[in-house]
Amino acid sequence: MGEVSRFWRESVHRYRLVAHKCGNCMKVYFPPRDVCPICHRESIGKMKEEQLSGKGEIESFTVVHEVPSPFTRQRPYILAIIKLDEGPSITAQVVDCDPGEVEIGKRVSTVFRKIAQQGESGIIEYGYKFVLD
Amino acid sequence: MVTVLSDAYIIGAGETKFGELWEKSLRELAVEAGLRAVENAGIYSRDVEVLYGSNSLAGIINGQENIGALLSDFSGIAENHIPAIRIEASTASGGAAVRQAYLAVKSGEYDLVMVGGVEKMTDVYGSETLDLTSSVLDREWEAFFGGTPAALAAITARKYMADFKVDKEALAMISVNDHLNASKNPDAHYRNKITIEQAMNSTPVAEPLNLMDCSPITDGAAAILVASEKYMKKNKLDGIRILSSADAQDYLAVHSRKSMYGLDSAKIASQKALSKAGMKIDDVSFVELHDSYSIYGLLELEDLGFAEKGKAKDLVYDEIKLNGRIPVNPSGGLKAKGNPFGATGVGQFVEAYMQLKEKAGERQVKGAKNAMLHSMGGTGSMSVVHMVGDA
Repeated sequence: MGEVSRFWRESVHRYRLVAHKCGNCMKVYFPPRDVCPICHRESIGKMKEEQLSGKGEIESFTVVHEVPSPFTRQRPYILAIIKLDEGPSITAQVVDCDPGEVEIGKRVSTVFRKIAQQGESGIIEYGYKFVLD
Repeated sequence: MVTVLSDAYIIGAGETKFGELWEKSLRELAVEAGLRAVENAGIYSRDVEVLYGSNSLAGIINGQENIGALLSDFSGIAENHIPAIRIEASTASGGAAVRQAYLAVKSGEYDLVMVGGVEKMTDVYGSETLDLTSSVLDREWEAFFGGTPAALAAITARKYMADFKVDKEALAMISVNDHLNASKNPDAHYRNKITIEQAMNSTPVAEPLNLMDCSPITDGAAAILVASEKYMKKNKLDGIRILSSADAQDYLAVHSRKSMYGLDSAKIASQKALSKAGMKIDDVSFVELHDSYSIYGLLELEDLGFAEKGKAKDLVYDEIKLNGRIPVNPSGGLKAKGNPFGATGVGQFVEAYMQLKEKAGERQVKGAKNAMLHSMGGTGSMSVVHMVGDA
């Protein structure tokens, strides 16, 4: 679903974890936002790119058994919400471990991985996943 | 010119059976429900002044957009040339569409409005369905990475269970109650009763949630007619009053919200709806809540105001039963009556209409005076809450 441009335009965020930081309240947002939900118009033109460290901890997670079509070859996979050290929480997979090793509160770091593939000859999508520290 | 504010009444309601309805199309389902509502109200379709069609996924599941035109055309009212608009608010489309009808009547602009909700979900299968229903999430930042509605509900469930020491049995009880009530509802998708053990030991979907924690893939349609007091009296009809209507939004993605298990949209919409109706939570005779996943049943009991955060587990064994203090989902709820996205919220009004007219048969909530109806979008990004009944 979707053509190359849809994925290409998010590359900087998904490949390098570039966030936005509000120049007014200094809060960091990932995914990036053009308006700060705290500062509203005070933030216009002040949302600046901010490089994230890719480090954080697991807030909660699940092991997904019923998976959407682009993910059938990864079944089952671990999906987590991770609180990054710079503040924002994000949704991503945790890989290279057994589900039994994953716990709320464990430290994780990003790795660059293939996310999904659209069929045999479709686009291969890349982005971040996390591994346990 | 003076605009006269009118109260809004539900004067008729109808729905199809909910289920896997292989032989029926999107349009056939919608028309069937609409005709039942018209017949039930005893009105003529020429009186309908505007049609709000509630639907979430027809564009990607059935390849059909322009739903307003489709519904008005095949309902046989194309030559009436009345406005017909689709209302889309993901899984809250139903509540959102009824709210538009309420506002339309309340404003004095229209005297008779049809709301028809429909979803034909089984035109795609299996993992493809899951990819398409994941469009109610943030596609680029949740679904892109493997997020599904069940997975996000499961992440929320694990955190909630850990923070408040709630065991899985409390979640299972939401589904057990839905199935018990649905066994008394001929329109329900699943009419089998389930035990706690069956719920706890069913196939894992997204741990800790099992198959029996998840609403099914359901086809169905539901319709109601909303009329002004003037229309109702002039035509010597009776109806159930919509006492209040409120909606509230939250962040689209779970990871952006203040709390993973605080459904702020439900909290704000329910507080507004109660306050607009001049009611207290204890005045609610029963609630139809949006338990697309069992965990949401618990969270909603809390955020709608029936329990403190973390305490819904104390209600799920007795209080939520049909004869309990606060009966939950007499219809069978999303788990067992079914969850045809665009029809789900309208179906809650069909249930409330039958209950409040004391025509709900075996599942009748005794002495029901008024109901709270909660329709939620996605993982909680939107809630629409209505109070209906006597006040």
